[in-house]
Amino acid sequence: MEKNLEEIFQAKIDREEKIEPKDWMPDAYRKTLVRQISQHAHSEIIGMLPEGNWITRAPTLRRKVALMAKVQDEAGHGLYLYSAAETLGVDRVELFEQLNSGKAKYSSIFNYPTLSWADIGSVGWLVDGAAIMNQVPLCRCSYGPYARAMVRVCKEESFHQRQGFEILLNLSKGSQAQKDMLQESVNRWWWPAMMMFGPADGDSPNTQQSMKWKIKRFTNDDLRQKFVDVAYEQAKVLNVTLPDPDIKWNEERGHYDYGVINWDEFWNVVKGNGPCNKERLAARNKAWDEGQWVREAALAHAEKRANRKSKKVA
Amino acid sequence: MNEWPLWEIFIRSKNGLSHKHVGSLHATDEEMAMQNARDVYTRRSEGISIWVVESKHISASDPDEGESLFDPANDKVYRHPTFYNLPDELKHM
Ligand SMILES: [Fe+2]
Ligand SMILES: [Fe+2]
Repeated sequence: MEKNLEEIFQAKIDREEKIEPKDWMPDAYRKTLVRQISQHAHSEIIGMLPEGNWITRAPTLRRKVALMAKVQDEAGHGLYLYSAAETLGVDRVELFEQLNSGKAKYSSIFNYPTLSWADIGSVGWLVDGAAIMNQVPLCRCSYGPYARAMVRVCKEESFHQRQGFEILLNLSKGSQAQKDMLQESVNRWWWPAMMMFGPADGDSPNTQQSMKWKIKRFTNDDLRQKFVDVAYEQAKVLNVTLPDPDIKWNEERGHYDYGVINWDEFWNVVKGNGPCNKERLAARNKAWDEGQWVREAALAHAEKRANRKSKKVA
Repeated sequence: MNEWPLWEIFIRSKNGLSHKHVGSLHATDEEMAMQNARDVYTRRSEGISIWVVESKHISASDPDEGESLFDPANDKVYRHPTFYNLPDELKHM
C-alpha cells in the first residue's frame, strides 16, 4: 500500500503536478520541506539584523527609505515562508523556538558583520544576488505553497539587488576613500556569498533526493557557477576586483573558473563560531522575550472585545 | 503561550476580478488580521479589497475523495458546446 502511494506521488511529481497540503506525501518529503522552508524563513528574519544596523546611519533620506522598505520586505518574506511551513503541520511558535534555541540553522551569510556603509551595497548586490539565484528555481518547486511564496518573494527581491548595486555604483564614482571602501567591502563579502550555495555537490548527500522530488532544480555547484558568471560581469561595471586570483574565463566550458572555497571557514560558521552567531541569536531572543507581554496583551484585548460583543448580542 | 489564531487572506486586485487567496498570517482578531494583511500582502498596491477568514472556518474537500467527488463530471460531455454537431456554414455560434 505504502509503496503504491509513493509511486503515485512520484509519478505526479514527474508529470510536474504540484503537491498541495492535504495530498498524501512521504514523511521524508514533508520533513525535508519543513526543514528547508523553516531554515529559509529563519534566514529572512535573521537577515534583517545586519541591515537594520545601518538604517539610522543611512547617508541620505532616499537611502534610508529604501533600506527600511527592504528590511520590511525581508520580514514579509519570513512570514510567507513560515506560513508555507505551517501548511505542513508545524506551528510557527515551535519554529521560532527552534531558531531561538540555536537548534535550527539559518543562512551563514548573516553571521558576518556590516562594518561600513558599502556593506549595505554589497549585501544587496552579492547576498540578495546569490539569494535570487537560489530562489528563482524554487518558484517551480513541487510543493505548491512553497512555490507560491517564492513567486512573491522573487518579485520583491529584484529591487533589493538593484538598490544595493546603486549604492556601490555611487561609491565607485566617488572619492578615493569611497572607492577603497567599496573594494574593501567586496573583498569581505565575496567568499561568504559564494558559500551561500552550500557545500560542493560531492558533499551534499541530500541533493539527489531533493532533485528527484523537484524541491531543488539545480545543484549547489550549478547555481554557484551561474552566480560567478553573472557577478564577474557586474564587477566590471563597478570597477572592482573580485578577491579570487583564479577567476578566469574558460573557453571550453563556457564559464568562469574560480578558486577553491575555504570549506573549513564555512563549517566553522555553520557550527556557530562565525563572527556574529552569538550576537544574532542574542538579538533574536531579546526581541522574542521583550515581545512576550505584547503578544499576551493583544490576545487578552481580543478576548475582552469578543466577550463584550457577545454580551451585546445576548 | 497560546498561539494567535491563523487567518487566510483573500485579495481583490482590482474591481471586476474576484478575491483570490494570497496566503495566511497570525492575528488575535479580525481587525489585526486586516491590518497585518494590508502590511504584508498589499505593500505594492496589489489590492483594493481584502477578506480575512479565520482558517478554522474553512472546510476543504478531501483530495483522497477527489475521484468520487469530481468524476461524475467526466462522462457528461454533453455539457460542452463541442458535443453538438452543426454544419460549417453556420458561423458565429
Ligand atoms: Fe528576502
Ligand atoms: Fe532580499
